Amino acid sequence: MFLTDNPAPITLGEAGIYALLGYAVVFFGLIMLMTVVIIIGKCFIAAEKKRKAQAEPVVVAPVEVAAPTAPGAAGDLKLHNVEPKVAAMLMAIVADKLGKPLNELRFVSIREVEE
Amino acid sequence: MNIGEILLNLWNNSGFAAIIAGFTSQGGWQNLVMIAIGCVLLYLAIVKKFEPLLLCGIAFGCILTNLPGAGLYHQELWNNFMNAEHEAYHSYGAILREGGLLDIFYIGVKTSLYPCLIFMGVGAMTDFGPLLSNPKSLLLGAAAQLGVFAAFFAAVAMGFTGGEAASIGIIGGADGPTAIFVTSQLAPHLLGAIAVAAYSYMALIPLIQPPVMKLMTTPKQRTIKMVQTREVSKAEKIVFPIVVTIFVAMLLPDTAALIGCLMLGNLLKETGVTDRLSDTVQNALMNIVTILLSTAVGSTMVGSNFLTAETLKIVVLGVAAFMLSTAGGLLGGVIMCKLTKGKVNPLIGSAGVSAVPMAARVANVEGQKANPSNFLLMHAMGPNVAGVIGSAIAAGFLLSIFGA
Repeated sequence: MFLTDNPAPITLGEAGIYALLGYAVVFFGLIMLMTVVIIIGKCFIAAEKKRKAQAEPVVVAPVEVAAPTAPGAAGDLKLHNVEPKVAAMLMAIVADKLGKPLNELRFVSIREVEE
Repeated sequence: MNIGEILLNLWNNSGFAAIIAGFTSQGGWQNLVMIAIGCVLLYLAIVKKFEPLLLCGIAFGCILTNLPGAGLYHQELWNNFMNAEHEAYHSYGAILREGGLLDIFYIGVKTSLYPCLIFMGVGAMTDFGPLLSNPKSLLLGAAAQLGVFAAFFAAVAMGFTGGEAASIGIIGGADGPTAIFVTSQLAPHLLGAIAVAAYSYMALIPLIQPPVMKLMTTPKQRTIKMVQTREVSKAEKIVFPIVVTIFVAMLLPDTAALIGCLMLGNLLKETGVTDRLSDTVQNALMNIVTILLSTAVGSTMVGSNFLTAETLKIVVLGVAAFMLSTAGGLLGGVIMCKLTKGKVNPLIGSAGVSAVPMAARVANVEGQKANPSNFLLMHAMGPNVAGVIGSAIAAGFLLSIFGA
């Protein structure tokens, strides 16, 4: 395995055919892979929707719920369209950049900016 | 005891005597030139920071292999190894018996062990999320392999054999381990020149790509902001490496080693239950293999092999391959931009040349130059990792044609 030596020269015509064929094979391979990835993605999205739909009846009545508090924040931190996990990560990054421990920083609110 | 004789013997055994005695007849001047080239490469790695993790080892291997009398690397043993008429044909036993330290290092290149282990580390450090959230990125990864095949064709036109041309062409894939993987099998005598060209050009991507990007796209296209792609679930990320391995290895079995290792590394990262292994592959293993691979590749830069007109041709063809691959990816990006009515910024196509994550960063920087509020990095990471798979497929095709 992995031991080959092929010194035979090839003609320019052969080289052209190999080049075109090779480029086509790369496209073919990646288009097929793209199709597979799209199908897998659709399956996962459908499964996720189904899971959410099954989970929905559990919610009895829409209640005005206060924005959740992110873990690890000092004081109340309002989250608007931001998952607690993402908020925790953002706070950790800010603390790291400022070079200060997280418990010495106060975050008031985190809001996702829609473009 | 004759002290004079001892000193004379010491002198005669020294590298200085060997260089002087064989200055013209036994390539002494070539050794000196190669040691100087090794020092220049070290300067580029240390001062200019050109891919220092690899270039340092390559440069030092180059110096070590050209030290007369040191006997660390024996080109003649590897010539015998590849000579079907010789009794040491394909005999690692002969290498282990008679070889020096760098010959033993080089076995890992010859068996393709190092490039595959490096690929495992690359896989463990790669997030395929951007590709999964936008699978069309794969088309840009394919388009950016243009340079591989164009340089292959040009190399044949310049008189290289099929195997040599394939090894030169793969420089356009901008993927060091893949270039070493292909060259060590199809044209091992060109390994030093090709590895140096591939890694030097990868370091020069921020200089090579922007002019091509400006040439191939309009200022308006470069300002396009792309919408955020969907979030990818953990399960999807776990399934992806398994599917890719089975699919690509079935399509082109010659890529199984590279793709298998790349995806195994990625699976270790994504499962969430093999963190220790993922950490080892990303750090300790990757670092150890990088040292061995770079030194072994540098050791093939023997003066008689390297100081030839072929090396100059490889340098020229290599940069052409890089530029054409960038142009191919950008062309794909422009077509995608037109087809989506301006939803895709064509700059992300340039990242299809692999060179993770440097090419994606360059796309982001150029996008921000056109529009400071534009963040293309995550969008460019899709074609970037697609380029890794694309260049592996291109390598598999070339190996299937010329490796038989």
